[in-house]
Amino acid sequence: MNPAFRAALPFFALSATIVVIMLLIAVRRDHRLIATVTVTGLLASLALIAVASPVAPLAVTSMFLVDPFALFFLALVLLSTIAVVLLSYTYLEGTGDGPYDEYYLLLLIATLGAAALLASVQFASFFLGLETLSIALIGLIAYPRSRDRAVEAGLKYLLLAGVSSAFLLFGIALIYFEFGTLSFAALGRLWNAAPGAADLYADTGFAMLLTGIGFKLSVVPFHMWAPDIYEGAPAPVTGYVAAVSKIAVFGLLLRYFVLMGGYRDPSLLRVIALVAILSMLVGNLLALLQNNVKRILAFSSIAHLGYVLVALLAGSMIGFDAAAYYLAAYAVMTIGAFGVVTLVSQPSDGQDTDQLDSYRGLMWTRPWLAGAFTAFLLSLAGIPPTMGFIAKVYVMTSGVGNLLVWPLAALVVGSVIGLYYYLRIIVMLFLPAPGVTIPCVTTRLSWAGGVTLGALLVLLVVLGAYPTPLISAAHVATTGLAMFNNNIHTAANASPP
Amino acid sequence: MMLLWLILVPAIGGLLAWPAERLRPSAARWISLASMVVDLLILLQIWQHHAGPIDITGGGRWVAMLNIPWIPQLGINITLGLDGLSLLLILLTIGLGFVSVVISWSEIGERVGAFHFNLLWTLAGTIGVFLALDLFLFFFAWEIMLVPMYFLIALWGHENRIYASIKFFLFTQGSGLLMLLAILALVLVHRRATGTLTFNYFQLLGTRMNPATEMWIMLGFFIAFIVKLPAVPFHTWLPDAHTEAPTAGSVILAGIMLKTGAYGLLRFVVPLFPLAAMRFAPIAMLLGVIGIIYGAVLAFGQTDMKRLVAYSSVSHLGFVLLGIFAWNTLALQGAVMQMLAHGVSTGALFITVGALQERLHTRDMRQMGGLWASLPRLSALGMFFAIASLGLPGLGNFIGEFLILLGTFRLHPVFAVIGALGVITAAAYSLILVQRAFHGPPRETMAAVPDLRMRHLAVMAALSVAIIGLGLYPQPIFDVAAGGLANLQSATHGVLTLAASDTGSKRAEGGSR
Repeated sequence: MNPAFRAALPFFALSATIVVIMLLIAVRRDHRLIATVTVTGLLASLALIAVASPVAPLAVTSMFLVDPFALFFLALVLLSTIAVVLLSYTYLEGTGDGPYDEYYLLLLIATLGAAALLASVQFASFFLGLETLSIALIGLIAYPRSRDRAVEAGLKYLLLAGVSSAFLLFGIALIYFEFGTLSFAALGRLWNAAPGAADLYADTGFAMLLTGIGFKLSVVPFHMWAPDIYEGAPAPVTGYVAAVSKIAVFGLLLRYFVLMGGYRDPSLLRVIALVAILSMLVGNLLALLQNNVKRILAFSSIAHLGYVLVALLAGSMIGFDAAAYYLAAYAVMTIGAFGVVTLVSQPSDGQDTDQLDSYRGLMWTRPWLAGAFTAFLLSLAGIPPTMGFIAKVYVMTSGVGNLLVWPLAALVVGSVIGLYYYLRIIVMLFLPAPGVTIPCVTTRLSWAGGVTLGALLVLLVVLGAYPTPLISAAHVATTGLAMFNNNIHTAANASPP
Repeated sequence: MMLLWLILVPAIGGLLAWPAERLRPSAARWISLASMVVDLLILLQIWQHHAGPIDITGGGRWVAMLNIPWIPQLGINITLGLDGLSLLLILLTIGLGFVSVVISWSEIGERVGAFHFNLLWTLAGTIGVFLALDLFLFFFAWEIMLVPMYFLIALWGHENRIYASIKFFLFTQGSGLLMLLAILALVLVHRRATGTLTFNYFQLLGTRMNPATEMWIMLGFFIAFIVKLPAVPFHTWLPDAHTEAPTAGSVILAGIMLKTGAYGLLRFVVPLFPLAAMRFAPIAMLLGVIGIIYGAVLAFGQTDMKRLVAYSSVSHLGFVLLGIFAWNTLALQGAVMQMLAHGVSTGALFITVGALQERLHTRDMRQMGGLWASLPRLSALGMFFAIASLGLPGLGNFIGEFLILLGTFRLHPVFAVIGALGVITAAAYSLILVQRAFHGPPRETMAAVPDLRMRHLAVMAALSVAIIGLGLYPQPIFDVAAGGLANLQSATHGVLTLAASDTGSKRAEGGSR
């Protein structure tokens, strides 16, 4: 078998599933069948990662590089997508507002976009992947089209995606104008060959690129869209936006930053440090003011991206490992938390159960769901024995190792503030139930949703108490990146100024 | 391996107790009781098997040790060690854990399984804190004991429980993160010096660093521990948390959890950062003295009986802080004795208040009075422990306070003199408690309440025996503690003598010039 073909197999499987589903929809609209095919396709893609990994790292055309880094994050994205599909199934049935089939099509297209992002090593594939992801997301967010808020959120996301793409494109154009290349690595060589010579065009280009990425990651000061869209989108989609799209964009940012030699530019690092500090503080502070669970989680995700940025800032081996572990933990706890919101909600109501008051006494009416929610929230707060705890310790270790004093201070302050609003939700869960029965008491836990949440919960605790396997995997994934980074440094230090 | 079981038994017991509630509510109680008994047997077995402490090269005298890898990528192992100090504190933990289960028998009627799950997990975390010799594991256990305690207060507490529990959590968690930063800083400083990434306590002992770094890292640990202790000015979470917690929660909080702060100071702050700790000692002792007086004055002003006892804890643990930073054998033995005696006497006082509240539905001493007539047993026991708490000779607290003051006097007579005033103020608040609640003309509304039942009576009798034993024949405790304290002092001894000879020679040089 051609090695390049072999390396691209997981991506092909994903694309083939999309085509199959498109054809299936033309033949027969059957929700259960389509959902099954989707999960099967995702699992096939996941299984093919094992086939692709022996030949990695391998460049597939000049646009994509299939390396352990891409495959690790691809696995993370695929697993997250499977969790979202399983959570969506019952939810969509509940909306009673068919057809449901295109939902899976959009979800798979978005995942393909995310996969492309993770493997891209130059601007053209980066832009292609990002647009594939964003355009599919617009459709997903506005999917329950009878809901005003969902349509509003979809429209907002459309505008935002347009604006951030414009920034990105213009930034890419400026960089191309200055350096004449689209490849990250070539850009890094050219830029580092002439240190200090970078002029206005290049600087503007870098700034606009980071602005575009900042929008996608919803870090402060590009965060304004997040709460509205998180609130308006149907809960499983919110989980997807929060986890998968951010993981993919962050993976790309990490690769781009290393390949272009970003660690050699102190002013760039200062800007990112500022963004991280603001995200941690503003995200956590604004979450205090919310009374809507989805909005609280939106602000908390802004803060969490700030925490991961600290790992990126560290730029050491331990920092890359920390970022990879953190993103995995983030995926589990975010999808878990939104999964609980999904399962608590009564989709036929026309909106999700997201008011804080609706969660009052959930522990005494639906103990398993509330117990799981408690675990996910404690993990988001960074309490052991959960993945969130190890992740936070890992990030702090990388930060202390590189003496990032202010980002660490912001991390500690942010975590304490964060604890308060997570506890607020937890306290609400445990308060005595109000006299009137809440509407969600009657529904039983759906089979698919229950299994998914259970699996996430097991991962959360097992990988929190015994994180060694995941750390090893993350380490394998980031080794190439870290070695590349070191080589740049040693080369730069060796060459005379 | 037995050491790990010490932690696992309550943890597994907790996991069993939760679902056992469905069979019968009392099943959860019996499981908790059983796991405490099993834990005690394990501890005694370990103690028996290793009657003489074993010497570990470079590590001092330990009764038992365990080391298995956990997260090798970060140099984290499950390292547990038992010496005299941890043995005594774990004994206290198991004893008070047993007491807590018994006194909750009738008090906790709702969600019994969940209650015992949280109770046992708190205890498991605390035992973990007393055993952990890997700094990451220590922090892990430190956090584990926090969450169930939060739920104990928030779910089974009194009127203002939500506020109190969140305050408790924020204070301890915030200071915990500071400690985590300090741990990481220490580990990375050590890695820079030696090239190995490790969280192991023995390897980190004697890490070389410049004085400023040492001071900053030491402060990170110090603040985390004195928040828990608590010392002024970080004590404000304590009165709220203790007052709002259910009786068993108060007993565990005051009796055991506060000791984790003192234990941290003993085990980590001074041995890991001997020079910084010695430079900082006057300030720490000052905080201790302020705590003694301030806690006593505030205790005197309370009308809520539980708040009074809570503030008295601030005062008593001020003595412990004073003793730890005096860092000589007398004061350290006193601090250990004070920790044990305070655990027993304050635990008993909280049980008294809890029993009163169960009967009178108030903790307000202005509404009590003359209880001796209707509740003779309860009142007598209450008075006994109030007097123990004021430090009457012959009872445990006296030994502790006396030794601490004696040890401190040799170093800082001023602190010792001011601290001794605390003994007088303790008499004032303890006696006013007795006077207001138990003496005076009986009130009619309180005539018909039943006195202590057998279950409570048995627990209180056991605690009385313990406190008298500590007071009359403290030598066995000193013997057990001596090994542990020798470990700690030997860790600092070399560094301190070296530093002393350094400054001495400098002074000599200065003189010759």
